[in-house]
Amino acid sequence: MEAPKPTAEAIILHNITKRFPGVLANDRVSLHVKAGEIHAVCGENGAGKSTLMKILYGMIPYDEGEMFVDGKKTRFRSPKDAIAAGIGMVHQHFMLADNLTVLENIILGEEPAGRLGRLNFKQARDRINTLGKAYGLEVDLDEPISELGIGERQRVEIIKALFRGARILILDEPTSVLVPHEVEELFRNMREMVSRGETIIFIDHKLEEVLEIAERITVLRAGRAVGTVKPDDVTKRDLAEMMVGSELPAPGAKTTRPSSQTSLRVDNLSILDSEEREVLAGVSLDVHKGEILGVAGVEGNGQQELVEALLGIIPAIGGKVILEDEDISGWTVRARREAGIGYIPEDRHRRGLLLPAPLWENAMLGHQGMPPFSKRGFWLNISGARRKATECVEGFDVRTPSINVAAHALSGGNQQKLIIGREMVMNPRLLIAAHPTRGIDVGAQAAVWEGLRKAREEGLAVLLISADLDELIGLSDRLLVIYRGRIVAELDPETVTPHELGAHMTGVETTDQGDAGSIGTGDAGSTGTAGLITAPA
Amino acid sequence: MRKPSDHRLSLRRRTMLALAAPVSALVLSLLIASVVLLASESNPIPAYGRMFRYGFELETLVDMLNRATPLYLSAVAVAIGFRMNLFNIGVEGQYIFAAILSAQVAATISLPAPLHLIVIILTAMGAGAAWSLIAGILKVTRGVHEVISTIMLNLIATNLVVAMLFRRWDVPDQSLNQETAAIPASGRMPNLNKVAELVTRDIEKGREIWGFLIVAIIVGLLYWVYVARTRPGFDLRASGINPLAAEASGVSPKRTVLVSMLLSGAVAGLVGLPEILGRDYAYGLQFTQMLGFGGIAVALLGQNHPGGIALGALVFGFLDSAAPILDVHGDAPQEIVEIMKGVIIFTAVITYVVAQRRRRDEEARAAARAMGDAQTEESETASPSDEEATLPPGPKTGGDDSPADK
Repeated sequence: MEAPKPTAEAIILHNITKRFPGVLANDRVSLHVKAGEIHAVCGENGAGKSTLMKILYGMIPYDEGEMFVDGKKTRFRSPKDAIAAGIGMVHQHFMLADNLTVLENIILGEEPAGRLGRLNFKQARDRINTLGKAYGLEVDLDEPISELGIGERQRVEIIKALFRGARILILDEPTSVLVPHEVEELFRNMREMVSRGETIIFIDHKLEEVLEIAERITVLRAGRAVGTVKPDDVTKRDLAEMMVGSELPAPGAKTTRPSSQTSLRVDNLSILDSEEREVLAGVSLDVHKGEILGVAGVEGNGQQELVEALLGIIPAIGGKVILEDEDISGWTVRARREAGIGYIPEDRHRRGLLLPAPLWENAMLGHQGMPPFSKRGFWLNISGARRKATECVEGFDVRTPSINVAAHALSGGNQQKLIIGREMVMNPRLLIAAHPTRGIDVGAQAAVWEGLRKAREEGLAVLLISADLDELIGLSDRLLVIYRGRIVAELDPETVTPHELGAHMTGVETTDQGDAGSIGTGDAGSTGTAGLITAPA
Repeated sequence: MRKPSDHRLSLRRRTMLALAAPVSALVLSLLIASVVLLASESNPIPAYGRMFRYGFELETLVDMLNRATPLYLSAVAVAIGFRMNLFNIGVEGQYIFAAILSAQVAATISLPAPLHLIVIILTAMGAGAAWSLIAGILKVTRGVHEVISTIMLNLIATNLVVAMLFRRWDVPDQSLNQETAAIPASGRMPNLNKVAELVTRDIEKGREIWGFLIVAIIVGLLYWVYVARTRPGFDLRASGINPLAAEASGVSPKRTVLVSMLLSGAVAGLVGLPEILGRDYAYGLQFTQMLGFGGIAVALLGQNHPGGIALGALVFGFLDSAAPILDVHGDAPQEIVEIMKGVIIFTAVITYVVAQRRRRDEEARAAARAMGDAQTEESETASPSDEEATLPPGPKTGGDDSPADK
């Protein structure tokens, strides 16, 4: 930090105003970013931060205001202009061609041409390797994108921007797709980059992260810049109040105790993936009525397979699934859903919604064979379905002009509320909630937590799968840790700290608390929190 | 939020956007065809005039209906696949295979009139379904893409199976016309001239309206009921939109592929029957081919909607039946109609996408407004949609970050 930094302002946005019909997305927003700093722009979803970044990157024109890059007044007509001015952007949803290699993706559109227009791969390779070394961004250039994990894909996107000569990098919610250790890795890379003179503008709404990495923070609320602060001068609470005008929601205290009746019992469940590897190895667990059982784990340790096997989407090679005394192991997905298994998918766009279809049809999904959505499992009951959809929109505060709009018109938080509403209005016996608050804003997060807590108090059994430690600790009655397809620990959420939980999740610390299938991995020599930032398995 | 006025407005807007596409497609195709005509030194105005006048003569209108009927059936067959994101190119092979098989069955059996017809129709549907099921099974068990398998099955059906069957079943007679045995009277579809006579007395001077039109209308209605009003139809649509979400909701992907292939094939089986049961009473060399591919175009034009497909089939039927007049009078080559059809498809597809995008954007804005309204009641004054002419390419399409105040 003490190294002399150039104090020139890399970016000045002055009184930028952007109107969409009916909405003032940016209202006289000013933003000053110094060269060589990590500048966080934070705010709730809908606060206008993405709009502002899209303006800066030339994707959308602004209505009023002025923009200076490196002291020069500019107005970008397209991202092309922005790139020419040395600005690069890594979008939240990556823009990579899956079936091309890393190298091909990086040079796509910027191919160094050799003689007779032939591609000069060697030159490209050398340049990328130099870049990668300089910034500590290592990727295998010959791997196809489809083989890479999310964190690596993001690195490719960053290299892509650097390859195009970006000196000012905009990262749009880069951590929203990453698991904790990948976040650490990203932050290391970011620090490396600024130490080499890059300027980074970083959008986020996770306060701990912002406080950890940023040198200055500009907070947006309802389209206005509320202020710019230094992380040393503010607490998480201060930031939260700047963002939402009130304290952050937290999963609150429980007032009821779980019942002794078992709702779901999973007995020794094992699953093989397409390459015959055991992705779930003899997992046993049970969920009681009125209980939230949390399953913690770094993504890719078998959680997704567990959920899909419980739903009947993928077959198990061994083990039993028992729902309230009934062995449902061989049942179809539909039979299980109709027997009362509700499902909040981890990726609402992929597994949860028909985006171009109207809300009332989306409210039907999963219950289309049951009244009031259909009669005798065959005839759709349109009026019944619409009534139920209205119930779900009103009961769960889904903000929409009508139940006829398509699902993609809603914001992420409202889409998620719709999904939770549609599961809850059917009074399920078991709710499988996978990452229920991923990628939604603070307000919607509170609504989701409230919904889960209420369901629990009404006696619903909830299996909560998450990577958000606060959520897991705050909501769960019991906490299991899954690691490499096995349950490796059972922890008490009352006493466990996020650090301990993190250590278990990364397989660094193994305990034998006597419960189901706790198998030590043994090979981890060290214990402690260092495991949080070890390389992915 | 959820103000009724909002809803009405968007409904009117929706209809407008839905109609904008086909209308502009038609206008544009007329314009482009005019350019082609001018380039080939023909005058488009008298050519169109003559086509139009001739097109609305009774005889031509009857011909239009008769051409539209099989096209409609073919397009419905394709649309059933499209709804599930299956590209059934195999309608061609399915209907030709079904046609020769059912013609032969019709000629061999003897039953009282209504029963005879029903058996023929069921035979054709069964044959079409069986042929398309091959592609379905290949997809479900071996992962063979249906485009590949149905193209190959088309070639096998038309070149191998039908050729072999035809050689066996062709009845030699004095004329050079090769045909299967004639279908007895009980297996022929009565024409609809009686119905037409309610409107006009001149129908006898014209041709016959094929009775299969009724079947096509029934199929269209059933298709609409199935897709819009039944649970399996919803499953089919849901799988077409998002197979993963449908699967999680309890729809078996494999089953849905098989069911939609079967249904598509069953409807495809009917495509050849209008002319066999209404005109030729046998399968012969004059049997119309290429209807399967015409159906793809019509399904695209009609956006898989039963009503839209009907309009599309009528437009294509009209162009086909009115075109011959161009050659008769030498105004222009009648092939100009093929160019018009091509342009219609292209522009329709493009304008549909544009209209869809506009609708999406408008909905997203309305939703963003609803969020804003719920927060600050006084912002009610922000007037609801004044038909903005320019649409900003905004972040308001389904993203997590809609530009609403919060």
